[in-house]
Amino acid sequence: MHFTINGTVHEAEPDIRASLLDVLREHVGLTGTKKGCDRGQCGACTILVNGRRINSCLTLAVMHQDDDILTIEGIGSADNLHPLQAAFVKHDGYQCGYCTPGQICSAVGMLDEVKKGWASHVSADLDSVTLDGPEISERMSGNLCRCSAYPNIVDAISEVAGA
Amino acid sequence: MKTFDYARADSPEAAVAAGGRFIAGGTNLLDLMKLQIETPEKLVDISRLDLAQVERREDGGLTIGALVPNSDLAANAHVVDGYPVLARALLAGASGQLRNKASTGGNLLQRTRCYYFYDTAMACNKRAPGSGCSAIGGYNRILAILGTSAQCIATHPSDMAVAMRALDAVIVTLKPDGDRRRISIHDFYRLPGDTPQIETDLEAGELITHIDLPPPPAGQQLYRKVRDRASYAFALVSVAGIVSVEDGKIASAALAFGGLGPMPWRDPAVEAALIGQAPSDAVFAAAADALLAEAKGFGSNDFKIPLTRRVLIASLRELTGASA
Amino acid sequence: MSGTNALTMDKPTPTSLLDTGAQGIIGKGLDRVDGPLKVSGSATYAAEHAIDNVAYGVLVGSKVARGKIVSVDADSVRGLPGVIDVVTDFETFARNPQQGGETTAPTQGVKDVQYFGEIVAIVLAESFEAARDAAQQLTVAYEEAEGRFDFDALKGEAEKPAASDQVPPHFSEGDIDSAMANAAVSIDVTYTTPSQNSAAMEPHASIAVWDEHGALTLYGSYQMPTSDAQQLAKALGVSAKKVRIVAPYIGGGFGSKLGIAPESVAAAIAARTLGRPVKAVMARSQVFDATVRRSNTEQRMRLGADASGKLTALGHETLTSNLPDEGFFEPCGIGTHFAYAAPNRQIDHDIVRLDWLLSGSMRAPGEASGMLALECAMDELAEAAGIDPIELRRINEPESDPDTQAPFSTRQLLRCLDEGAAKFGWDKRGKAGTTRDGEWLIGMGVAAAVRGNMLMESSARVTLTRGGQAIVETAMTDIGTGSYTILAQIAGELLGLPIERVSVKLGDTDFPPAAGSGGSWGAGSSGSSVYLACETTREQLAKAMKVDPEALTLKDGEAIADNRKVSIGELAGIDGIVATGTISPGKQEKVTKQASYGAHFAEVGVNVVTGEVRVRRMLGVFAAGRILNAKTARSQCIGGMTFGIGAALTEDLIHDPRNGKLVNRDLAEYHVPVNADVPQQDVVFLEERDVHANPIHAKGIGELGISGAGAAIANAVYNATGVRVRDYPLTLDKILDGLPAL
Repeated sequence: MHFTINGTVHEAEPDIRASLLDVLREHVGLTGTKKGCDRGQCGACTILVNGRRINSCLTLAVMHQDDDILTIEGIGSADNLHPLQAAFVKHDGYQCGYCTPGQICSAVGMLDEVKKGWASHVSADLDSVTLDGPEISERMSGNLCRCSAYPNIVDAISEVAGA
Repeated sequence: MKTFDYARADSPEAAVAAGGRFIAGGTNLLDLMKLQIETPEKLVDISRLDLAQVERREDGGLTIGALVPNSDLAANAHVVDGYPVLARALLAGASGQLRNKASTGGNLLQRTRCYYFYDTAMACNKRAPGSGCSAIGGYNRILAILGTSAQCIATHPSDMAVAMRALDAVIVTLKPDGDRRRISIHDFYRLPGDTPQIETDLEAGELITHIDLPPPPAGQQLYRKVRDRASYAFALVSVAGIVSVEDGKIASAALAFGGLGPMPWRDPAVEAALIGQAPSDAVFAAAADALLAEAKGFGSNDFKIPLTRRVLIASLRELTGASA
Repeated sequence: MSGTNALTMDKPTPTSLLDTGAQGIIGKGLDRVDGPLKVSGSATYAAEHAIDNVAYGVLVGSKVARGKIVSVDADSVRGLPGVIDVVTDFETFARNPQQGGETTAPTQGVKDVQYFGEIVAIVLAESFEAARDAAQQLTVAYEEAEGRFDFDALKGEAEKPAASDQVPPHFSEGDIDSAMANAAVSIDVTYTTPSQNSAAMEPHASIAVWDEHGALTLYGSYQMPTSDAQQLAKALGVSAKKVRIVAPYIGGGFGSKLGIAPESVAAAIAARTLGRPVKAVMARSQVFDATVRRSNTEQRMRLGADASGKLTALGHETLTSNLPDEGFFEPCGIGTHFAYAAPNRQIDHDIVRLDWLLSGSMRAPGEASGMLALECAMDELAEAAGIDPIELRRINEPESDPDTQAPFSTRQLLRCLDEGAAKFGWDKRGKAGTTRDGEWLIGMGVAAAVRGNMLMESSARVTLTRGGQAIVETAMTDIGTGSYTILAQIAGELLGLPIERVSVKLGDTDFPPAAGSGGSWGAGSSGSSVYLACETTREQLAKAMKVDPEALTLKDGEAIADNRKVSIGELAGIDGIVATGTISPGKQEKVTKQASYGAHFAEVGVNVVTGEVRVRRMLGVFAAGRILNAKTARSQCIGGMTFGIGAALTEDLIHDPRNGKLVNRDLAEYHVPVNADVPQQDVVFLEERDVHANPIHAKGIGELGISGAGAAIANAVYNATGVRVRDYPLTLDKILDGLPAL
């Protein structure tokens, strides 16, 4: 099977049971995507598939034939940071760094959802969204950070979103 | 995870003919497969079927494709306008990532989050029929107070399905023999009884293709969820409520509950206690009495009984505009 | 040129070169030097080192809580595709993780099952998927035995633990019973706290690689590589020189990775058996089942005071739990010993022996749990005495260490409280149960934070190259604490180099031995070792320039003295300057009482319908010696404060009393706070230098932020509702009954 990862077509013959997460980490060698729980309960494995943020641990690689996959490595590199990555550095939106790629991928997807006008659990109106701190917190709650850089993550995303 | 055969279906008909376990979003099934709680021999990938549209019918109702992701359904303009209770329920569930992957049909079929169901070292009648129920006599904070049996006290974890139940959704299926069925959500779920492993009315190989909603109901809509974290946690109790008041009296009421029972819970007695009455705390209390008449706690979930009473009363106040 | 510089803290260091550095980077809130790697996914964590020919190992946990293994039937899975083998070693496998800092092997031997989930075998396969499947299907036969699983039922059999170097198990002075009887105002209440899990986001992981000479390299996720390597060597029966641990990045620790855990021993034995590298990553459920927990506690608090509020009686009696043969007990009274004084005191710890997984150090062992009780008890006493809680603490501020009468090296607790009160608007706090905002009852709470300071022996090597670059090498770790950055700042400040010209290499036992990360000693200890190395480098630069070190100004890569300006690379010469610094604890930690202090303020809303508690604001004011990096220090504090939110409101590791098994062994049901649980948090640091602590005058902050934080929240819940819940966490079911009728 093949899929596009960060703009490059990859061929892979993974075990039928392999999650997309394990294929990225163990077969493709892209270890920026993290495994924290392997059960959709922490968000460390968040990537973008066809532009949407998902938990890569809870999807089979084999189901992603021809899909367009974006991981943290495709968002920006250490010497060419994406604005969100730079904002996470500036605002100390991490400590140990393990949840960080997932947070950033999640934030990329989340901002796109906001652009589409999607409401959240804390939106007062379902059809008009103003991205403030509580909105960001709610929308980022699928990404645990045990070091708890949460307030800094909110600051970093706010800066990039102009919120 | 045990190994399995995999096939991708390119039509609903091919899917039901393929003879296997359907996988769409996979966010619940794969978790259970990793733990070998689910061990399908064959997976039929239905994720690319053309069942991801939300369409408005001529009668004013909605037909929702079974593969519409939860996040898309919550953001759909028809849902936002006519069924805010559904949008709110969806947004109260899981996380942004999971909602992007989880499908409407799959959400209805979520399996319980009972600790002991998930723990293969422990007895569970739902997972291993006849092995016993570890939750009775164990830790059961998140488990059921209504509709339980001596074999199982699991709860259904969905938020979405609670709103669907308040909205009288109809589940449309395709059977392997080509027949289609329309199953009212009120008939879709089963009580555990002596067979807690059987959770729905679906037959082997039967595929959910759509969910139909009747035209938007009159009145106010609300979804209130109580949980241990501010987000990303299953409901301890939730209420989906739709109430209309005319001439100072409750004209219609639909109330469904999450976190209380083995299925999204709805009890006609609750609505009977409300309809025709002028909104008041006494009436709301009578509705709560009706809901909780048969409620039974199992120790660590006893608190759900007073909690549900309070949440129901507060929700009815909000829905009817009545003040304390 | 090379040199060494060792210092034992037998006397204060009144001046620090960090105060006279010309580079001007110490203390600044610089971005983390490892930041770009972390945000781009290119920092390498334990399971991510690219090793050829690695076999995947999946651990198998016991499915009984107590008993003996009769057999492990490897043949039951050997035939599955991709499976290589099943390895177990009943004598050598680690039954428990080791506690931090020990240099002996962990408790070994897994034929005897002592708790549910004890790691009994490792299944090896060519893929993770094959290994996971086989591990689930592996047939293990047990002979089950009776066990001790019910804390409440066995409380009566608590025993006095063996002596500990943290805190005396039992301590008493005066006569607390008569002091309580004679007190003008008193409280006698019992608080309980549950077991907790550190829940670091990176699960425990090891890749074991043996070379042809019988030397092991273990890529691991460990906080203290120097002692961890010794533990692993002892466990494997090889010389410590043969074990190297590599841990450049660690995805959080919080105590759970202080000592080695079962996956490292299993991976090493499997790799030796197979003759090829083995990667073993714990499943999240195994991190819960088979690493280490913070013990549950039951804490009886007795406080008595005279009419002015002055404490006359202070009792803190703790029951905690651990496995039968383990020495660790949760030292809940450790902060109580010096937080407040009273003429009559009793501070005891007893231990209930249970067949639950190991209990050990989790972020701020002692204070984290103990101050949940102490600081709420103080709140209760304040209420009973009709004294403002801050005033009560002022009345009871001790002049010296109540145990030894040693002076405090620094103590700004009252200033923390006062500055915090002003900043937080403490004067706007209403009487309990009187402030409401719509459906929310609003309350404010305060708590003191105290956390003992520690210094550990630690070494670092600093190489100043001819190119004018500094390379810092030490077996210290950065578990998210900011070590990479603060060590670069220290070296840059002392050597006059911009931070870009300092590279810091950590987490490798090939580097000089170091304290590692734990007990908040990392910055003070490893920072001092780097300081001492740089002090020597400076002396050598001065020598090369033929001036006194005091006359030397180092800035932006140049040495300035005697009206001359020379590049320091040039002064370092062709071979550079290699200096090693070693700091050791000494008399100062006995002749002074060293601790860091703070004050927590919290405002909560309690939903009047449901009892749900949401934190609305938090403020922490801290005094912890020199702050080395304002940004990373703040992050450490907000992280601790959030651990306080979890401890106060959501985290509750449940043991089934029928078999000791963890019930909620995943991140869906063990509720660590999510982003939406955490409000914006303010942190203020008071200016401070502690000349008794170490030559950089800094003290620990990583654990100060959690100490007392949860108590401030619990006190705020009381202030909001008038309901005093003494059973943590304060979940809504415990509050519901006390809420006003709807």
